[in-house]
Amino acid sequence: MATPSSRLRESEHNYPAEPLLRVRDLHVHYLTPRGPVRAVDGVSFDISRGEVLGLAGESGCGKSTVAQALLRILQPPAVITGGEVHFGDRDILEMSDDELARFRWKDVSMVFQSAMNALNPVITVGEQIEDVIIAHGAMGKLEARQRAADLLDIVGIERNRLDAYPHQLSGGMRQRAVIAIALALNPPLMIMDEPTTALDVVVQKEIMSQIDELKRQLGFSILFITHDLSLLVEISTRIAIMYAGQIVELASARDIFERPLHPYTQGLMSSFPSLTGQTEALTGIPGAPPNLLQPPSGCRFHPRCQHCKPIFTKIVPPLVEVERDHWVACHLYTDVGVRA
Amino acid sequence: MSATNQTTAAVEVSPVGQATPVPAEAAFTGPRRRSGAWLTQLLGNRKAAFGGLILLAFAAVAIFAPALAPYDPTEFVGRPHRPPSSEFRLGTTGSGQDMLSQLIYGTRISLGAGVIVGVATTVIGALVGLAAGYFRGRVDDFLSLLTNVMLIIPGLPLLVVLAAFLPAGFWTTVMVLIVAGWAWPARVLRSQTLSLREKDFVSSALVSGEGSWRIMLREILPNMMSIVAAGMFGAIIYAIGAQAALEFLGLGNPSAISWGTILYWAGNNAGLLVGAWWTFVPAGLCIALVAFAFALVNYAIDEITNPRLRSQRETNLALRRHRRQLGVSRATPVLRSAGQHRAAGD
Amino acid sequence: MNFILRRLGFYLVAAWASLTLNFFLPRFMPGDPATALFARMQGRIQAEQIQTMREAYGVSDDPLWQQYGAYLVNIFRGDFGVSISYFPTAVFDVVRSGFVWTIVLVGVSLVLSVLIGNILGVMGAWKRNGFVDSVLPPLLMFVGSFPFFFLASVALFFLSFEWGWFPLRHAYTDGLAPAWSWEFIRSVLYHLVLPAATSIVVAIGGWMLGMRNTMISTLAEDYVTMAEAKGLSQRRVMFNYAARNALLPNLTAFGMALGFVISGNLLVEIVFAYPGLGYQLLTAVNNLDYPLMQGLFLMITFAVLAANLVVDLLYVRLDPRVRAG
Repeated sequence: MATPSSRLRESEHNYPAEPLLRVRDLHVHYLTPRGPVRAVDGVSFDISRGEVLGLAGESGCGKSTVAQALLRILQPPAVITGGEVHFGDRDILEMSDDELARFRWKDVSMVFQSAMNALNPVITVGEQIEDVIIAHGAMGKLEARQRAADLLDIVGIERNRLDAYPHQLSGGMRQRAVIAIALALNPPLMIMDEPTTALDVVVQKEIMSQIDELKRQLGFSILFITHDLSLLVEISTRIAIMYAGQIVELASARDIFERPLHPYTQGLMSSFPSLTGQTEALTGIPGAPPNLLQPPSGCRFHPRCQHCKPIFTKIVPPLVEVERDHWVACHLYTDVGVRA
Repeated sequence: MSATNQTTAAVEVSPVGQATPVPAEAAFTGPRRRSGAWLTQLLGNRKAAFGGLILLAFAAVAIFAPALAPYDPTEFVGRPHRPPSSEFRLGTTGSGQDMLSQLIYGTRISLGAGVIVGVATTVIGALVGLAAGYFRGRVDDFLSLLTNVMLIIPGLPLLVVLAAFLPAGFWTTVMVLIVAGWAWPARVLRSQTLSLREKDFVSSALVSGEGSWRIMLREILPNMMSIVAAGMFGAIIYAIGAQAALEFLGLGNPSAISWGTILYWAGNNAGLLVGAWWTFVPAGLCIALVAFAFALVNYAIDEITNPRLRSQRETNLALRRHRRQLGVSRATPVLRSAGQHRAAGD
Repeated sequence: MNFILRRLGFYLVAAWASLTLNFFLPRFMPGDPATALFARMQGRIQAEQIQTMREAYGVSDDPLWQQYGAYLVNIFRGDFGVSISYFPTAVFDVVRSGFVWTIVLVGVSLVLSVLIGNILGVMGAWKRNGFVDSVLPPLLMFVGSFPFFFLASVALFFLSFEWGWFPLRHAYTDGLAPAWSWEFIRSVLYHLVLPAATSIVVAIGGWMLGMRNTMISTLAEDYVTMAEAKGLSQRRVMFNYAARNALLPNLTAFGMALGFVISGNLLVEIVFAYPGLGYQLLTAVNNLDYPLMQGLFLMITFAVLAANLVVDLLYVRLDPRVRAG
């Protein structure tokens, strides 16, 4: 377990500055009477300033759990059972309630998946922007209102919709409003949890280019979570692929798309039509994600893997750097695999 | 009883006080005809068992009343307002009858009326609710309007007006309670029918050409039996309470012996103001105990059939071990020990 | 606006239904209504009272629809007939005097029980496994199983009769003239404590559970999670985000439960001889005062309908979504 984190630390010099966020060996369990469900099991990654890290995987792989654990907004039965989450020099997992209240949104904000559900239906959009500005003591009431209007402007909503209620906005506008709220305190890092999933394709495109544009202007980092790899092509710097609560591959976006190493990543790649126009057969991945109450032994992907050898079912493959900045947790690239 | 919550996930209280747990729709995503499973689980539930035991005891008292009662309940056997003694276990009434015997015989009328009204209102409510939810459109508009009008008219004044114009008696009370009480089950079952109507097994029954009433009674009804049962228990609680209220007001048959009339006579004979607590406390306790027992069974039904409540209960169970460390913060708890525990056990 | 108009239409239908029921009930009694009623009231009423009753219950030769029309017109003008037990006072005037006291009692107990119950519900759901959530629900449900009037009797017996902490009956000290004086108001409050407290204790559990349950599902909503992620104060998340939304479904239930709460209060009044509508209802039942009974039924129904309309207006204020639709 210690391997990926120590190895990662060695490679820190590859990035221009001290990483903004450093997640090490994060464990999140859902406690049930039948035992813990290991939703996140030893996840480590860094996000640097200005970087966009894509976190991709099938639904239920734990990617949203990671996101919510970073802000500690998961509710029991979910509990964090281990690891460190450093933002700057502070460990989020050690923060008190007051520290957390100050940290949240000011340092890391979040764009939720469904804007319809993420906006309070009985409060105006304007007030939902203002309250976070006021809560963090940034401004007074009048200034906050001014700032809220500016924010709507920035995301392309008319300023006079400040007093609109969420139900009075279209789906796309609502998602923009949610982004405006996330921008309110100008945080250095934004978590985007499937920000476009609920939208139709045209609006999805608009929102994605908007996010790209905002990022260019404001320079914040993004942890971009999605099940749809095609969304990550243009926006992300690096991509981490999650499977069954663990990161199985982590590399630059270019490497992931051009030379995916993990059989699971390869499967994901062939699950969606190529954007470059070449027609490839959609093979997909046979089988279903495992039950995390009792995850498969050894490599968690082994029941669905066509390269599986008996020894792979016993030994857990560590996440290792097989090429420069290309990390994979797969026996095909370890001594175990070579010997087998 | 366990340390977990004894509460329902979505209790609605009707104008006449019928509380019915309304399980989330997700309870019905299972395959059809697995509808009997909850009954088996109910038998193993502690709350249900406790409630059921109380009810069985009362039923036994009602059935074996002549054998159990020490005296003839109508006979004047002692001096009025005698306190409890070895001769009169619960003392005597304001006119000198044996309180215990009255209480025992009173169980018959009170429970009897409650059960008859409960069953009748549930049957009427189920028919109305099924028809409204199944046929939708105009039929639903009309039946819903009727149901809602009945629901909004305040219960007690309606009962009083209805009862006052009819000859006092057991069957009058029963009829009046049915007239005023059917609307709540109808409303609850209508909304259930509406959502079950959309399920695949109903569509396939429709396609295979089954008749409307057959689909309602053979396909939809069995799939909401737990709600029907909960609704019926709620209706019985309502009926026993409302009957007692009517009798307490003097709108029952004062010469019949029931818990309500016991309370009526206690009030009339100023049992309260001469310190004769035994003339009204036991009857009130009996009413409360029966209501509580039915309510317990209802909680149990809800606990079993309501997935949200069940998952909450399981969460509490799983967290109990870490309760102290969890504290009151709403931030995600960091329980490093829980992780190590598992690691050691792997 | 549409919403309010729709509700208004519904209340009109409900009012018409209760009026119609009221009209036909005595006329469709088994046998000959007038004779049956008079037989029951034998020896209790005088000739002129019988005459009033005859008119009220339509022992006239006019066709039924004409009587019905005249009846509706009378009601519309506030003419509910003449009371038998308070002869020759008009039913309307009798009811009006009791109305004030019922409004006071129902108002105080309703506001307090709704307020306390909802706050407890919010807190219970917010602090999982806290004291509020683990002890109160079963306790309050048990207390709520008792009939209103029974708990009232027990409270009266112990707190007033045995220990003498509270007055035994009525709404204010005998001999005191109603006035806006401190002495009078104090007496009213003193007499109000016990009746109000019993009905609060019985009703509070229902409000608490209702709020707690909707709160629990509201707390699982994304907008609450997002509010917490925003680092807002606990108070703001709890009230402006969670409770504010959880209140809405409960408000609908509130309108429906109103009739039940009022019914319970009527019984409490009887136990405490509190001079409101409930006490009048008892008087009417004891004296076979049918016009008064019917007048009470109508007035209470109308009051409940009006209160529901107020709740609807409040709902519109609190939920922007129905304002548009």
